[in-house]
Amino acid sequence: MLVNQFLILGAVLFCIGVYGVLARKNAVMVLMSIELILNSVNINLLAFDLMNGGLEGSVFALYIIGIAAAEVGVGLAMVLLIYRNKKSIALDELSEMKG
Amino acid sequence: MLSLLAQVADFKAPHVDYHALAPEIVMAVGLCAVLLVDLFVPDHKRWITGTLTGFVLIGAFIPVATLAVVGDDMRALFDGRYIVDEFALALKGLFLLSAYVVVLMSSNEMEEGHYYQGEYYVLLLSSVLGMVMMASSRDLISVFVALEFLSIPAYMMAAWRKRDSKSNEAGVKYYLLGVFASAVLLYGMSLMYGLASSTRLTDVGQALTLEGDKVGMQVLAIVFVIVGFAFKVSAVPFHTWAPDTYQGAPTPVTAFLSVASKAAGFTGLLAMVYLAFPMAHDVYQPFMWVLAALTMTVGNLLALKQTNIVRMLAYSSVSQGGFILMPLAVAGTGEAAGPALKAVVVYLLIYAATNLGAFAVVIAVARKTRSGEISSFGGLFNYAPGLAVMMTIFLASLAGIPPLGGWYAKFGAFRAVVEAGGGWGYTIAIVGAINAVIATAYYITVMREMWMKPAPDGDETPVRVPSPIVVAIALCGIGTMVMGVLPGAVARFGDLADLTFAFGG
Repeated sequence: MLVNQFLILGAVLFCIGVYGVLARKNAVMVLMSIELILNSVNINLLAFDLMNGGLEGSVFALYIIGIAAAEVGVGLAMVLLIYRNKKSIALDELSEMKG
Repeated sequence: MLSLLAQVADFKAPHVDYHALAPEIVMAVGLCAVLLVDLFVPDHKRWITGTLTGFVLIGAFIPVATLAVVGDDMRALFDGRYIVDEFALALKGLFLLSAYVVVLMSSNEMEEGHYYQGEYYVLLLSSVLGMVMMASSRDLISVFVALEFLSIPAYMMAAWRKRDSKSNEAGVKYYLLGVFASAVLLYGMSLMYGLASSTRLTDVGQALTLEGDKVGMQVLAIVFVIVGFAFKVSAVPFHTWAPDTYQGAPTPVTAFLSVASKAAGFTGLLAMVYLAFPMAHDVYQPFMWVLAALTMTVGNLLALKQTNIVRMLAYSSVSQGGFILMPLAVAGTGEAAGPALKAVVVYLLIYAATNLGAFAVVIAVARKTRSGEISSFGGLFNYAPGLAVMMTIFLASLAGIPPLGGWYAKFGAFRAVVEAGGGWGYTIAIVGAINAVIATAYYITVMREMWMKPAPDGDETPVRVPSPIVVAIALCGIGTMVMGVLPGAVARFGDLADLTFAFGG
């Protein structure tokens, strides 16, 4: 099996994720796109581990999974907060401060 | 089971240097203590939680001081992945002391507002713990964990005023861009791991040489990592979150973000530049040059037209970030590595004292005027001469007027780039010099309001400044002036000999 295939999958997921962050206006969709990027990183790390026969990448991936869960917890709490105040989670409506 | 036990017998515990880890241990124990104590503190004794937080920070500062006095060149823990050297100690001291000043500034704001939660102090402590770890991290995994550890509590602190839609907006913008930045950073780190097959920064540094058949991948890894940190230090064009977050967040949190959080971003960036890709200076130097030039110029031009003092200080903080990035644009040229590193560390120390002081005065004045407009500073000298004088000192230091601290910081940055010379060095020095002049304009606007204009509504009752804020302003004022008059006091932090030794290890 070639490591290239995993890396290409990772790169494709990364690009989809970046596109989603830039193009989506819904806060939850943006959170999901960020998760896609983080998972592309995990795929990369595990592929490199397979290639090199190391372990550090897997440990790194475990940390990323754990921290991503914490991040999403905070993120969803914030989305809930703006939903309570504004009854909407559209990011382009968050524009009180400008200049 | 037996075979497992047999393996246990073979396990040799790594040697742990508890003295070197003492600041982190004190912080970790202290933050649990604050969380527990807050459970039992009745509402009318809220001051206990804040005071205890201050003691935890001072308690963590004591081992930092003893480690500095013992003065070993370097203490390497965990196979050289966690290092305590002079660079780390100077920055740990900076994080702990600036967090202490932030606690002093927050106590009245938090206790009097309708948003008091004891958890504020717990979040502040965990963010500072992340920063203290960042100063010692010399491994991709620990850099990433420290970065998230310091950022995630900060997202919540920015959105602290739950029912205020501006604070919500501040938190969400900071959160989304911060998380996106760390995702991009991680992608770069995963490529670095692939190239080096090790997460230790020194091993990565040996793999990223821009030679061999994987140059494209190396360049991509470096660019992604720099972009990730550029978001954290709010470098243009990745600064869009900064002004909104700074304006919407509670002012003590803004002070914390613009000083400690930014310094932590620079700490990570320094570790990356000096350890993970020192040999790739052909890639990172031009990138840093462009970032520094854009950050200084755009930050300044936007600061000129602000009418809100916090937003003006936000853009000023963006443009100061450009000056801190400036020495990194020449960090790989010949002998410039040492002076550039020293310039960045000294700039961070002085900028912390000065900027925290400016925010403390803004908080003190806003307690009376209830306004964030620059015009609300009108006539300040007539009814609060002390505050006006201190604000003038802080603004003059930010502008870089001798003999205040900011002057020495800018002097160090310019000396580093001019000594490196070459086209890149001289051109960035010229861009910096022009920007230093532009920056003076908006600092002087505030001074003119304070000294020349009348109070906007004729209300000249004196400002009653609570004693914690007086102490905060005094500490920052002393720091700003001492570091300007006796620059030797800070210049010894980050001497080249110690740092190359540490970074080479």
